[in-house]
Amino acid sequence: MQGDLLALTSLSASAPAPHQAWIAGWLWLIPALPIVASGVIALMKQPRRTAAKVLSIGSLGCSLLLALVAFAHVLSGWAHGQAVRETVNFTWLQVGSSHVDLGWVLDPLAAVMLVMVTFVGLLIFIYSTGYMEHDENFTRFFCFLSLFAGAMLGVVISNSLLLLFMCWELVGLTSYLLIGFWYHKPSAAAAAKKAFLTTRVGDVFFLLGMVWLFAQTGTLLFYNGGVGSMEALKLGELLAAHAGLGLTAAGAIGLLIFAGAAGKSGQLPLHVWLPDAMEGPTPVSALIHAATMVAAGVYLIARVYPLMSAGMLTGNTTVALTVVTWVGAATALFGALVAVAQNDIKRILAYSTVSQLGYMMAGLGMGGVAVGMFHLITHAFFKALLFMGAGSVIHGCHEEQDIRKMGGLKAEMPWTFATYSIGMLALSGFPLLFSGFWSKDGILEAAQHWDVAKGPFYMLVGGALLTAFYMTRQVSYVFFGAWRGNGHGHGHAHESPAVMTMPLAVLAFFAIALGALGTPAWPWFHAFLEGHAAEFSFAGFNEPGLLTLMASSSAVVILGLCLGWWIYGNKSPRAEEPDALERAAPPVWAVLRDKFYFDELYGATVIAFYHWWARAADWLDRRVWGGAVTLVTLMFRGVAHLSKFSDTYFVNGGFDKGCEELASGGGLLAQVQSGQVQRYLRLLALAVVLLAAILIWSSRG
Amino acid sequence: MNGIPLLTWLIVLPVIGAMIALVSGRNARVVAVMTTMAALAVALLVWTKLPADGSIGLVERWDWAPSLGIQYHLGADGLGALMLVLSAIVTLMSVDAAHRVHRQPGLYFALVLLLEAGLFGTFTALNFYHWFLFWELSLIPAFFLIKLWGGARRGPAATQFFMYTMAGSVALLLSFLAVYLSTGSMDFVDLAAMASNGTLTQQVTAHLGPVMPWLAVGVLAGFAVKVPLAPFHTWLPAAYAEAPSPVTMLLTGTMSKMGVYGLLRIALPLFGPQIAQLRTPLLVLAVVTVVMGAWAAAAQKDLKRVFAYSSVNHLGYCMLGIFAIAIPAAGAAVRASQAAALNGVILQMFNHGLTAAALFWFIAMLQERSGGARGIDDFGGLRKPAPVFAGLMGIALFSSLGLPGLNGFVGEFLIFRGVFSLSWMSASISVLGLLVTAAVILTVIQKVFSGPVDERWIGFADLHGGERLAMAPVLGLMLLLGLLPQLVIENVNPTVEYLLAHWRFQ
Repeated sequence: MQGDLLALTSLSASAPAPHQAWIAGWLWLIPALPIVASGVIALMKQPRRTAAKVLSIGSLGCSLLLALVAFAHVLSGWAHGQAVRETVNFTWLQVGSSHVDLGWVLDPLAAVMLVMVTFVGLLIFIYSTGYMEHDENFTRFFCFLSLFAGAMLGVVISNSLLLLFMCWELVGLTSYLLIGFWYHKPSAAAAAKKAFLTTRVGDVFFLLGMVWLFAQTGTLLFYNGGVGSMEALKLGELLAAHAGLGLTAAGAIGLLIFAGAAGKSGQLPLHVWLPDAMEGPTPVSALIHAATMVAAGVYLIARVYPLMSAGMLTGNTTVALTVVTWVGAATALFGALVAVAQNDIKRILAYSTVSQLGYMMAGLGMGGVAVGMFHLITHAFFKALLFMGAGSVIHGCHEEQDIRKMGGLKAEMPWTFATYSIGMLALSGFPLLFSGFWSKDGILEAAQHWDVAKGPFYMLVGGALLTAFYMTRQVSYVFFGAWRGNGHGHGHAHESPAVMTMPLAVLAFFAIALGALGTPAWPWFHAFLEGHAAEFSFAGFNEPGLLTLMASSSAVVILGLCLGWWIYGNKSPRAEEPDALERAAPPVWAVLRDKFYFDELYGATVIAFYHWWARAADWLDRRVWGGAVTLVTLMFRGVAHLSKFSDTYFVNGGFDKGCEELASGGGLLAQVQSGQVQRYLRLLALAVVLLAAILIWSSRG
Repeated sequence: MNGIPLLTWLIVLPVIGAMIALVSGRNARVVAVMTTMAALAVALLVWTKLPADGSIGLVERWDWAPSLGIQYHLGADGLGALMLVLSAIVTLMSVDAAHRVHRQPGLYFALVLLLEAGLFGTFTALNFYHWFLFWELSLIPAFFLIKLWGGARRGPAATQFFMYTMAGSVALLLSFLAVYLSTGSMDFVDLAAMASNGTLTQQVTAHLGPVMPWLAVGVLAGFAVKVPLAPFHTWLPAAYAEAPSPVTMLLTGTMSKMGVYGLLRIALPLFGPQIAQLRTPLLVLAVVTVVMGAWAAAAQKDLKRVFAYSSVNHLGYCMLGIFAIAIPAAGAAVRASQAAALNGVILQMFNHGLTAAALFWFIAMLQERSGGARGIDDFGGLRKPAPVFAGLMGIALFSSLGLPGLNGFVGEFLIFRGVFSLSWMSASISVLGLLVTAAVILTVIQKVFSGPVDERWIGFADLHGGERLAMAPVLGLMLLLGLLPQLVIENVNPTVEYLLAHWRFQ
């Protein structure tokens, strides 16, 4: 081989900047450790549970430590007034005279996300050792979980859209494997397939956006010393190129990439897979379908934000960001509406996730990276908390998931109740004390100042009201009132072991504490991401309209809580009784319960179309193309008959015989069968020789 | 050339092996394994000895029949050598899978080895005369392998396969005769040089009138049948389904590549401007192949037919890349896109060969354990009794789906990268193929491996040690090439640049 292969894979190929910190150079270890652990577990024998557990948790623990070091590095740079963005790039492929580069980046955005994913991930890993204790495929579970963590961390550190896409697809694979983890359940297998395919719909647009970006700029690196695709030079080129329909290439590529993000992050109309994904084990729902993977779409938009916002004038917006905003706001409202009418404890949380992802997207669209990302981070903590609390409830109630068949659990499961309440109040955005309040308020504030349209603001406020309402409904059903499930008296439910409740307590702490990082008085998070200094000052509240907004959004939240409590609080309707709202407005309830009929709509259109085309393609093959071939063959046979039999025989007998054969032959294609290849061969050879002879002879003559 | 005629040895080796296998009865498989392993070693040796500038190396050229312009002319560049390695790997896999051949094993393995010799000859010959001999030589063993060892409806399938490719070959032969009559040369290198400076079209037109477009059509037809390109693909599902699975591995893994190879070695170099004129209809056919191939796979109930149509779909991406390249335009941006697409096409040839052969290897194992059942609805929950089987076949399936990190993705990515700038419309429609293929493959996994275990398959045997060992290197290669495609690109890219520098499309 001509080239030195090792040079391609080693870091030396890219000659990192001399002052680069070692942590930037070794950043790849953070995703690599869990991936290696996953590979080792895959090769181990099934019964080695302890080894699998130790390997997974150990590797992710090391990743967490490295992530903290990376975070500290960025933090210290920031404290010294410099925006840290260190990249390591290397050539992956040499194609023609150009090359395809991959690389990773350490900047505030990546650092924050790295710490969140490794930390929440580690807690969920620990929780899983309790939750999955009795599963026969325990080791395989940790194999997939580690692979997921590695792929997700790969998405986070990518400095190349291609590397990001590759890790993105791996994340999709592990999500598929984990949703379908209990593969013997047909519903789980179907949900896994649905998840993979729905997200892949978004991904093919993402792929097109990627190859377009590559063709237009010649690079897929985000940052590369001024010539990366997210840097001013290339963005200028993209803005100058027209893509038709009044879009610039930047706008069109932005929209294509957003389609990929919408698939992964469950945005309308590609949200249908996310609620079904709850077929997976609950820790999977917490880790993948609440805290991290579904946030990958939001992270992607944050990562390519320079592209999404390219050409934006102050106070204005771009086509791509406008679309992001409207889709996000619509998803936020839609998810909250549907969540009101669900009875499965995990499905309520799933639609809640859809809704909250909408908030994040809208936040990105209207307020910028920091606003969307802050909600992503706080949501990751309190939603993981809620899911793991739900898992604890399900575990305690012997795999019951219907909230109508629970009740009064606050006495039996005090730890779960306490932590769940904190998560619920954080999600509802209860004023001042909880992180969700501050992050959601940031989005509402941005929406209020968005001068393109006021629609998203009202949609988001409506969503906030509903969020408080449906969470109160859920908590009332589960923890208050009297037990409505099977069995009587005490002993029908039990508190979960400490290995499950301790992670809940830790997450609950952060569900409260994280809010302190993003208040208007000390907007540390925003300052950190945007690279300017953060100052503590109550003057932050003096912004015009801010206090009014906070007061009114608090009022909305409290209204939602009170409404929920008024309708559902401390009542113990029997499980088979219709819901209070169902009695009030049956048709509305039916629409919400059936999720606006999205699944039915897709069944009647997309899926029907798929099957119709499959049959059409098959029919074309058998009848049209196959028929044409048969026709040619029959002509061939006719010629053969001509050469063999006299005209009389052909006219008198051959035709009838041919008709008989046609009638009796069954499939037309079977007509070709005669077993007399020799005859065809002879004929063909003869014809060829004859033709060749004629050609040679004529050219000589 | 260093004295040892490596390529001739490579071709002769399986012929010798075939003769020994023919007389060694029950031990024929051992002979075949040893022969194919030796051939793989030689092919890998060839791979390491290629010239750095991407031109044709290891040349062997002697006069054979000088009065007719026939020379014995062999050589290999990045493209040819990669196909040699692929053929050697796939034949070895096929021989490995064929351990249940009880009827006339001597003849069976002799035919397989002859087929391998034909493949090696086709991928190295540079003179039309013996290239065509090898091309047909590979067809005849394939015909008998289907005809004698195939499934219930093997007769019609074999005949249709033979007739169809034969008809294509005749068109090819006639076109080449016309070229020969006009130029007096059958040498690919000489003819490509003439085409490159425009004298080929002049000479043909001077001798025979304006027939060049028709000759291009004839050549295209020959290759389109072999690949296949819709609508010339109808022989394929029946042949793939009725052939014994180890033979299907050869058909899809290697013989389909002969057509793509022919397009790259003969059609584009010689008939560039003519193909460029036909570019739009050809692109339409390629898109139809991609999309309808995937969708037809979705309608099949027989696993072998599912993967047969899936092969049509995957080779459709090669066709898409090849026809998109044939653009009568110049410039650095166009060249960069062409280079990406052509690298992608060649990579896709190798990757599809490896993956499709692996899939049919698994089908062979499945049939062996199920007493011949291979309907997509015949199974269910196999992951329970056979977790390793499910896991390893899962890797091959996801490679076929084009999952990044495995080999299938890289070729498809490069093809789409190139085609998108050369013909954005065909790229945009073709992504449907990616989507539908994913649906097809996930449906296979769902129906065969997931769900409750069918009571018939509770005792379904998992892959045993030897089988795991046989498949491990192949799956390892998939992973390796998914992560480090440069291993292959390294030798392919110089050839791509060399070819693109010499092809002309206007």
